[in-house]
Parts: sequence; C-alpha cells; structure tokens
Amino acid sequence: MILDAKIPEGPLEDKWRNYQMHSQLINPANKKKLQVIVVGSGLSGAGAAATLAELGYEVQCFCYQDSARRAHSVAAQGGINAAKNYQHDGDSVWRMFYDTLKGGDFRSREANTYRLAELSAPLIDHFTQQGVPFAREYGGVLVNRSFGGVQVQRTFYARGQTGQQLLLAAYSQLSKMVRSKKVRMFPRHEMLDLVVVDGKAKGIIARDLVSGELKRFAADAVVLATGGYARVFRLSTLAIGCNGSAIWKAHKRGAFFAAPSFTQIHPTALPQSSEAQSKLTLMSESLRNDGRIWVPLQKDDPRVANDIPEEERDYYLERRYPSFGNLAPRDIASRAAKERIDAGFGVGRLKNAVYLDFRSAIANFGQATIKDRYGNLFAMYKKITGIDAYQEPMQISPAAHFSMGGLWVDYELMTTIPGLYAIGECNFSDHGANRLGANSLLQASVDGYFILPNTINNYLAAALKDEPVTVDHPAFQEVEAEARLHIERVLAVQGTKTVDHFHRELGKTMWQECAMSRNQAGLEKALKAIKELRTTFWSEVKVTGNSDELNTELEKALRLADFIELGILMCTDALQREESCGAHFREEFQTADGEAMRMDEQFAYVSAWAYQQGDFQLHKEKLDFEFVTPSVRSYK
Amino acid sequence: MQLTFRIWRQEQAQAKGSFKDYKVGELTEDMSFLEALDHLNEILVLQDESVIAFEYDCREGICGQCGVFINGRAHGPHSNISTCQLHLRSFKDGDTIVVEPWRAKAFPIIKDLIVDRSAFDRIIENGAYISAKTGTAPEANAILIGKAIADRAMDAAACIGCGACVATCKNSSAALFTAAKINHLNSLPQGKLEAHQRVLDMTTQMEVEGFGHCSFTGACEVECPEGISITNIAEMNARLFKAQILG
Repeated sequence: MILDAKIPEGPLEDKWRNYQMHSQLINPANKKKLQVIVVGSGLSGAGAAATLAELGYEVQCFCYQDSARRAHSVAAQGGINAAKNYQHDGDSVWRMFYDTLKGGDFRSREANTYRLAELSAPLIDHFTQQGVPFAREYGGVLVNRSFGGVQVQRTFYARGQTGQQLLLAAYSQLSKMVRSKKVRMFPRHEMLDLVVVDGKAKGIIARDLVSGELKRFAADAVVLATGGYARVFRLSTLAIGCNGSAIWKAHKRGAFFAAPSFTQIHPTALPQSSEAQSKLTLMSESLRNDGRIWVPLQKDDPRVANDIPEEERDYYLERRYPSFGNLAPRDIASRAAKERIDAGFGVGRLKNAVYLDFRSAIANFGQATIKDRYGNLFAMYKKITGIDAYQEPMQISPAAHFSMGGLWVDYELMTTIPGLYAIGECNFSDHGANRLGANSLLQASVDGYFILPNTINNYLAAALKDEPVTVDHPAFQEVEAEARLHIERVLAVQGTKTVDHFHRELGKTMWQECAMSRNQAGLEKALKAIKELRTTFWSEVKVTGNSDELNTELEKALRLADFIELGILMCTDALQREESCGAHFREEFQTADGEAMRMDEQFAYVSAWAYQQGDFQLHKEKLDFEFVTPSVRSYK
Repeated sequence: MQLTFRIWRQEQAQAKGSFKDYKVGELTEDMSFLEALDHLNEILVLQDESVIAFEYDCREGICGQCGVFINGRAHGPHSNISTCQLHLRSFKDGDTIVVEPWRAKAFPIIKDLIVDRSAFDRIIENGAYISAKTGTAPEANAILIGKAIADRAMDAAACIGCGACVATCKNSSAALFTAAKINHLNSLPQGKLEAHQRVLDMTTQMEVEGFGHCSFTGACEVECPEGISITNIAEMNARLFKAQILG
C-alpha cells in the first residue's frame, strides 16, 4: 500500500491556506445532520468536541475519568510554545518550524511541522480569550521563558500549571457546548473497540465503567484523542489510567501504527524509590532555565550535596554541550544522565539520580524570584520527598514521558481507516523522533481546535450521501460480542498473579531494552520475553469481581492486555530501525563521542506498521525534505 | 511497617455500607498512601476478594480525581495536599487508619470510596466559560492585564475540583469551588461581559445541586490542595450582591 500523506501543493507558507481553499464545505443546515464521536476529553479531544459543536455538528464525547476536567493534559507543567516573537529575539514561524523539525531529528514531515508553528500564534490569542491566566509583565503584556532545544524565548506559561489552565479552558468551552446540548458528554465510559462498516469508521463500543454495561454508539466519523501510551513502561510520568487501548483496537481494525518505538524519556522526573511505586512525578523542564544539573566528580561520594565544593562537581551538560548547556533537548539530557548514572556517579539512596541545583540562581536572583517562577514545583517536591529544594538540590532521574509514535495520519489527521481521525498525542505526526518541550500542549491544541475542524468536513461532505448507519447494524452486534467475549476470557483465567505483577514485568523489560538505549540482542531478548509474558498473562492472571459492576481490576487487566501487544510492536519497530535518531538510540549506531548517528540514506522514512493476524507488516512513508536540508543535530 | 486500614465498603449506591478492617504488612515509609491501597488490593485479589474501589489518576496532585477522608480529615492529616501526595511516613508503625468516602448529599456514593461529583460539572456548565467561539480571538497582547490581576486570577483558577472543600464543610457547601471559578473569570477583562449572569447562574446551580450554604468556618481553605483562600467566598458574595442589584 502506498501511503499518501496528501500534502497540499505550494511553498511551505502557503500549504495550509491552499488546503483550506480547496477542501469541501458543508452548509450549516447539513452539519446538524452529522454526528461525530470524540474519544478523550483532553486538550485535543475537548478542543475538537467544543469546536465541532460550535460549527454545528452533533458531538458525543467520551472519557474514562469522572469528569472531562481530569484528562491528563491537566498535568503538563511548563508551558506552550508560540512563534509570537514578543521578546523581539529573532523568533519567527520559520525558526520555530526548523527548531521543531531539528529537535525531532528530521523524522517528521515538513508540511505538518510548519503548520504546527504557523498555528501557534493564533492559539495563544484563543486561550487568552478563553480566560487562561497566562503569566504577565507588570505592564500587562504576556511573559515568555526558554525551553530545551531552543535559543529564543517563545514559551507561554501559567505558573507551573500551564496544562491545567489550558485544559480547564477547553473543559469550560466544552461545558458551554454541553449546556447548549450540542455535545453529549459520557464520563466514566471507556472505548473498547471501533466499529468499521464497509471500510469506514462508523462508531464505537464503550463500557460504562459504573454499571459495566457495553454500549453502542454510531456516528459519521470517529475521532480518537486518547493521549500517549508511555504507561507501557508502567513507571512513567503519565496518569495511572492513561492507556493505549483505543488506538490499539483501531490498529487491529486496520489503522496503521507509525513510529511506535519513539518514546520520549524525560530527564527531570523524581527517581524511583521502591518496587511498589506506581508513578514517577515529573518536575517541569522549565526548572532547567535556572537549575544546574550535576553529579559529583568522585564516584560514590559520601558527602551530602551542599558539602561538595564547586570544583568537585561535574556539570556534565554544560561540559558536553556548552552552547545549550542545561537546556539541551530532552533526549540528549536524559541520555547524558543515564551515562553518568550507569558510570557510577549517580546520587541518592539508590544511586539512580542526578542533582538539579538552584544555588546559583538563588544567589543571583534571590529566593523570592525563584519562588515566583517555580513556587508550586518546589512545594510539590517538598510534599513528595520531604526535602526543601531552596536549601539543597533536587534529585532527579529520567522517566518515560511522551509517545512521539501513534496512529499514522495524513495531513488531514485521518488514519488509514476512512472516517477515523487521530489527534493530539495519540497520533504520530509532528514531533519526529523527539518532541521539544512545550510543543505537546501546542500540538494537542492546534490539532483539536484548528486543524481537525477544518479537515473533517472534507470527509463528511461525502459522508452526507452515505446511507446512515445505526447501532442496529450487524457490525455493531459483532464487535460488541467480541468485546464481551474478550472480557469474559480475562475474567475466566482465574490464575494466581495480579494484573500489577504482569505490568511490573512488562515495564521492567521495556525499560531495560526499549527505552533510552537499545541494541539488537536486547530487543530480540525483549521480544521473546514479552511474547512469553503474553502467554503467562492469559494463563495465570487473576481478576476478581464481575463484568457487570464497577471493577477497577478488570479495567486494568483489559488495558494491560493491549499494552503487552503494543510492547511487542514497539520492540519490533526499534529492532527494525538500524540507525539512531532522536530518542531512538541504537547503541550500534553512534559516533566516537557517543552521539546519535542517523542513517538518512536508508531510514529517512516514517515506519507505518499494519496489523496482520498477530504479526506486523512494515509500510514506508518516505520523508522528502524539500525546503530544508537535514543536518547532523548538534547542541554543542 | 504494618498498618490497619479501616475502610468503608459499600457495594453500590443503594446498598448499606460498613467499615471493614484490613491489616497490611510489608509497607515502607516511602510508599504513598494510594500505593499502600494498591498493595492491599493486590493482596485482596490473591485472596479471591473483590478489590476496594477508590479513585486516582495523575498521582501528582493536579487532576483532582483522588480524595478520601483519612482519620476524619479530607485528604489526610496534612493541610493543603491531595490524597495522592500523602505518604506513609506521616503514620506510625501499627497505626489504624480510618478511610471513608467524601460524605455530602450532592456527592452520592457510587461504590466503596468512590463518589459522584458530577454536580461540579453542572455548576461549570452553568456559566463558567467565556462565550467566544474558536477562531474569533483578538491579538493576545491587544488587551493588557496587569500582573496583580493576572496573579489573582491564577490563584483562583488553580482549583483542581477534588471536592475536599465540600467534604470537609459541616454544611457541605460548594462555595469555595464555585467562588474560585467565578473570581477567576470575573476578574479578567475577557470574562467581564458575562460577569453578572455568570455569578447568578452558577450560585443558583450550586443550590439546585443540594450543596449547603457557607457559614465561614474556614474549614475548606485548610484542606484545599491548592490553598485557595476563603476570601474568595466573600468576593463571590460581593459579586453576587452587585449582580442582583445591577444584573
């Protein structure tokens, strides 16, 4: 199959306008007749649901949480990028596009990435209008700060709670459309499968998480906005409920999965402290603006951080990357931390952390300024660790954080199943092999607010002529029966091990072999181990309770069953890509000084995997760089 | 360490609930309170019992999904944190910890420790937004907002919607929750056009949902994970008074 990304004609700056000029329109009277399902209520899902409803479509929106306001976008801390050039420091759409493309190590599409940068400025206008209390100067204008991988200041923020404020704005706008009865909201509902009729996405089967009832929902198009799947590592910065099930089910129904193994490991999370730990809390990357990262020069230094003099500290990021220093991109900062920790210079009780030190910033700017910038993060750090970071350095460690991979989508954000869209983190599109900080809130928002509402009409205009599909269609019966059978199978195993046991095992293997550093032997070993784990899961897992009640253990089991299969695809993908790029670091492909070695001749393509009865077939979307020349990424 | 959890178990909304004791060993001080419940649930599964239903998601104090009464206090023994930020180092080896769901008429119990907080969503639906459609925004810096105003709006906007304020209030009042949202939006220039209608509609919905009135004991601000000040309620009342006169 030839993957057609449907990139519009013309110079980069004109592509999106050209697209909009030529896409089909639907008159307001007809929009009322069209139903759209949106799965997920985070920034992309809530933004899309609200905007589609404002345009006149009938929308049904689903989330597994008890309220749309809790979707995991809420947890993003640091900020959102936009090429406003308010700081007069030489920023532009082009520069932002280039930074993003380069940050992703030239493994994303030029046209998509350019559009992301192009729509960033109006997005700040939008959120300001919706009442987001962005940080301001005394004169009343908006403030910016720096983020990793960039030398201009283009990040907008609301303290260390930017994601929360943007999500609450989206949730407010969604609530407005719920009140006007243009959106029907289904909280505590989880999508179990996709219904495809005559090759087109026509609905979903969802489980009511309170009653356990399986319900059918039909629509003219289905939009997945279900977020990232880094919980496949178990320990991650994601919310415990985050999962890959919706996109995995869509993949099994025919949607291609692109770059599944591209996972961002965030450099500044709190280190793991025990086996029972359920998540790793993120400390915003914005802390790297003022915090300096170091480890002791001496191995196993027994002294506490404050007793180690300046000349006996190794500020390894400043040493290795003098021009970007502590603001090196995330993949590089994480790998550098891993290198020091593995070499025996780690700090903390388990020697699995590095220091993030604010001593010089506090000396330079005063504690009050640092508190104003990061107060809530320091407070959070103290709540979790009991340590006052104004007095001694934080201890941080890398943690799984973001999925650059996801369902393959074209320029219109449509998957390979007609009528099925994927927006936000659950698609693969704009970040290539590594996402820049503060580009995640941006991508989720522009996908949901600006792009999808302008592309879905191009499909729905034709769908108007289709015979409407109702939930009585045999396809719904079939898929519902399969979902029921799947649940019954899980409950019937009645083995001797808990779901969490299997999740810990999966996480260990994935973290060991498919995270910051990968190699052929390790990935082959991981594939074998995960396949065995899949077998033992289906023969030894134990889930108590029933399917017709609120059963959190059953929810976890269903998600894990999909994570196990997804883990196999991730390792398959990482094994096949014999190069290093961005977050995908294959040990066999590195330069003499340990930097990633890209193989553009063989691997300048997006890997899009098709599901074939338990196996995966690779399709390649070649990446043509028409406007920029891929360079060796250097932050030195 | 070893702890005894005395936990409220209730099959479903209509069923009669009761406390049940669970003695749990092999705990460490570094574990979070919710991780201890995870651990207990794994033990229950292996004993062929149904797990304790409790809520959580982000586990970093921002999503607002977790929240239980612990030893008679919303979110446990410390002020201004959420349940997921509580660690076992706050307890002594051998302690008995009483765990209950939020109790308020407007938050009916769904199962065990899980309650229905959709009343909060309906308060938001009744005016907690700025009626502007996507695509209609003016240039962001065209409307200046002084730092002091932006900071105050942010203080109020920080609410995570966990419901601790309601749960801890002897009147089960949602005044702090509602006030925080009203003050966030009404203090910004973008929110001013609908300010009066917003405060009238949201406070009305608060009563429709069955939340009680505020009698200014200040209990809510002590438990609020974001430390939202009770002065927000006074500000809301002033705004309501103004709206009733001018609205």
